[in-house]
Amino acid sequence: MASFSVNGEHREVDIQASHPLLWVLRERLGLTGTKFGCGIGQCGACTVLVDGAPTRSCQTPVGSVEGSEVTTIEGLAANGLTSVQSAWIEEQVPQCGYCQSGQIVSATALLNARPRPTDEEIDQFMAGNICRCGAYTAIRKAIHRAAELEEDRVSGDEV
Amino acid sequence: MTEPTKEVSPYDHQSLSRGAFIKISVVAGVGLTLGVSWRATQTPDLPFSDAAFVPNAYLRIDTDGSITILVDKAEMGQGVSTALPQMIAEELDVPWADVTFEFASAHDAYGMMVTGGSTAVMESWEPLRQAGATARWMLREAAAQRWGISSELLATRDARVCAPDGSELTYASLASEAAKLQAPNKVDVKKPSEFRLIGQSLPRLDVEAKSTGQAVFGIDAGPPDARVAVIARSPVFGGRLRSFDSSAALAIAGVDEVLEVQSGVAVVAKGYIEANAGRDALVLDWDEGDAALFSDEQLYEALRDGAQASGHTVRDDGQAAQILNESSNAISATFRFPYLAHATMEPMNCTAWVREGRCTVWAPTQFANGPAILGGGARQVAADAAGVSVEDTDLHVTFLGGGFGRRAERDFVQEAAELAGKINGPVKVVWSREDDMRHDFYRPASWHELRATLDADGRPEAWEHRMASQSILQRLVPGWIPRPAARFAGKHDPTSTEGASDQPYAIPHVLMTYKRVDLPIPVGFWRSVGHTHTGFVVESFIDELAHKSDHDPYEYRRALLRKHPRHLGVLEAVAEAADWNSRPPEGRGRGIAVVESFGSYVAQVAEVSVQNGVPRVHKVWCAIDCGTVLNPRIVQAQMESGIAYGITAALYGEINIRDGRAVQGNFTDYQMLRIGQMPEVEVLLVPSGDAPGGVGEPGTPPIAPAIANAIFTLTGQRIRTLPIRL
Ligand code: FES
Ligand code: FES
Repeated sequence: MASFSVNGEHREVDIQASHPLLWVLRERLGLTGTKFGCGIGQCGACTVLVDGAPTRSCQTPVGSVEGSEVTTIEGLAANGLTSVQSAWIEEQVPQCGYCQSGQIVSATALLNARPRPTDEEIDQFMAGNICRCGAYTAIRKAIHRAAELEEDRVSGDEV
Repeated sequence: MTEPTKEVSPYDHQSLSRGAFIKISVVAGVGLTLGVSWRATQTPDLPFSDAAFVPNAYLRIDTDGSITILVDKAEMGQGVSTALPQMIAEELDVPWADVTFEFASAHDAYGMMVTGGSTAVMESWEPLRQAGATARWMLREAAAQRWGISSELLATRDARVCAPDGSELTYASLASEAAKLQAPNKVDVKKPSEFRLIGQSLPRLDVEAKSTGQAVFGIDAGPPDARVAVIARSPVFGGRLRSFDSSAALAIAGVDEVLEVQSGVAVVAKGYIEANAGRDALVLDWDEGDAALFSDEQLYEALRDGAQASGHTVRDDGQAAQILNESSNAISATFRFPYLAHATMEPMNCTAWVREGRCTVWAPTQFANGPAILGGGARQVAADAAGVSVEDTDLHVTFLGGGFGRRAERDFVQEAAELAGKINGPVKVVWSREDDMRHDFYRPASWHELRATLDADGRPEAWEHRMASQSILQRLVPGWIPRPAARFAGKHDPTSTEGASDQPYAIPHVLMTYKRVDLPIPVGFWRSVGHTHTGFVVESFIDELAHKSDHDPYEYRRALLRKHPRHLGVLEAVAEAADWNSRPPEGRGRGIAVVESFGSYVAQVAEVSVQNGVPRVHKVWCAIDCGTVLNPRIVQAQMESGIAYGITAALYGEINIRDGRAVQGNFTDYQMLRIGQMPEVEVLLVPSGDAPGGVGEPGTPPIAPAIANAIFTLTGQRIRTLPIRL
């Protein structure tokens, strides 16, 4: 039995501890926003946050997230679109869209760690997320835009 | 060979592209219903809808004001689920914010539902604008009848009909009355000067769903309780199953059933991981067949021999062979290209359910529907595989996590429907990345031998291009129509030679030959098809001739393209944007290339450096003339995307064959461009006002030769084999 929290909700799943988190999310919890791309930690399509840290869920045994908080793409917008998602829409990033859940989750983690990333930091942090459609220019732009939006949001809150 | 009567003329044209597939159905008299059936009321000819006003298969307007546009093309990133609604919304005069879309399920009302050859916008341009304009006409007529005045006095805007006295009626309020009217045969569409939505960078209709995890791709579709299957396929192309032992697999928890299907042995389980574990436990005995003796060595030998043998003459202007044979200083070059996998981000998959004589399929397909005479689209293939009639088969199209031509194949639909016909309940067949990469229909490998002589001014006088490759059409067409198939057998494949047979440079003597070589590796359409290699060959060799004769490669092309204004337009635009005559920054070189494909003209300049033998693309300038621009931001995104796809192939792309197997299996050995390698891209739109050309593919062909030509300026080395290895 695996027991952990997903998008703020406590979940218990009767499954082996070695089962990859990706397939528990997709097949047992119906959270299909997280995608399968390679199954070997090479593409980033399956990225989720585990206690805030970007994690390739295809390489994560569900047993290892016991008691943790998992956030998927579906959970990001619990209180309306996040700055990253708004920036993604503003910059019209997605093409086929298949990689984008992973891109958005990775970008969220990046901005949590570095509120104002440089291009080099973006390139480094996002290197694990393949976009076969080549939407990289828009991804980079949207991350900068999200940083701005987030700053506005925070300063707006202060006022 | 006797040449075509009018009847087969679509095959005759030099550049039979995938666009011509659509023409085939016209030829075969099967009826291409892109020309919408204009009926005011619902008839069995239209897909079922309970909306109040369904003027045609593309549009539904309801009394609550909802406007739903049915998209009959596959959305694989190229933006059709925005571009097609944009055309209808323009003619219908509705605000963009009111428009929603759905994917049309496979239905004969849409005729051929095939998305490929960058034809979606081209093919839809007239019929969809007609569809919108007709509906507007009917709504206006309904208002005229209600008010009892002539419809000529009425204007439309923002989903309303407006009278001269200022009164207005919403489309929603007119929907039921409009539905009772007889539709006109043909109405006038807007002049370009009247466009309000076409030409605007309207926001994509699919972006929010794709930014929140809500977009439903094939792998997400279907009943949530569907079981999952993986299939063990022959590791060697063309191998056959002798026997298998499933006892160990069936002992694994979660594995339900193991059964033979046409493509191999299917393991049906509770989930993907269980199914995979079951597959690993199978004991399989394959008859590997002859292909097991086939590796890269045999491949390139066969292609080389083919190119050197006497092939089918595709083009013969003047006396190229004679001039070249008599010349003592002909310039020659040999080019070679590997197989390439599509590697769509979403691996192949399909979900099917057969119950009570009906088959329901959820498929991320580029080819949902096609007439039986063409072997059928995915719907027909699913029906046949499940053993039910096509009328009893519903095929729902999902978002595609990339297509690039791979999803125009029907193999992944066939096996899901076949399996569903043999078991109870819905089943989702999921391919691993390795399955996807090792059981692809690859961009064919090819071999090209070029020779040229120059005149006194250094311009090409004679040009010879001898090429050999497998034929994609040879694989596809025999299952389609017998007569054209006979014409292709042993001869020509225009999808292999496109871009070379019709290369535009003013050269008095041109000879091109093509030799079809049959090999045991499955080949298929890969984003920009023949242009992926012919664009490279022509643009590299012309560049070489320019340098050999001490000409600037840009000016050289310009001089030879005088009679091709659209090539010239993009070439000049890109040279100006890149400031071609300036010196590149220290350590960098620039290369240029121009290629026409799928009705659009694209010129690119690449700025490249080489460090420790590794090329890096820093900046790309890209000028495109795609006729009328529907949505500039989508065109820009498609150029960036095509460039990324082309750079990936140029720098990394290669599927090797060893003992009849594809060597590469995942992104570790079949590398993808990552964000840090993405160059800065500057896109220039050079609209010419012609009907829209394609944008999904034309960005790809010029980038590899532009990079190779840039590398030459840095290292003096001509790149003639891809991927680039310095
Ligand atoms: S699916 Fe997990 S990294 Fe690719
Ligand atoms: S948008 Fe298609 S893979 Fe990234």
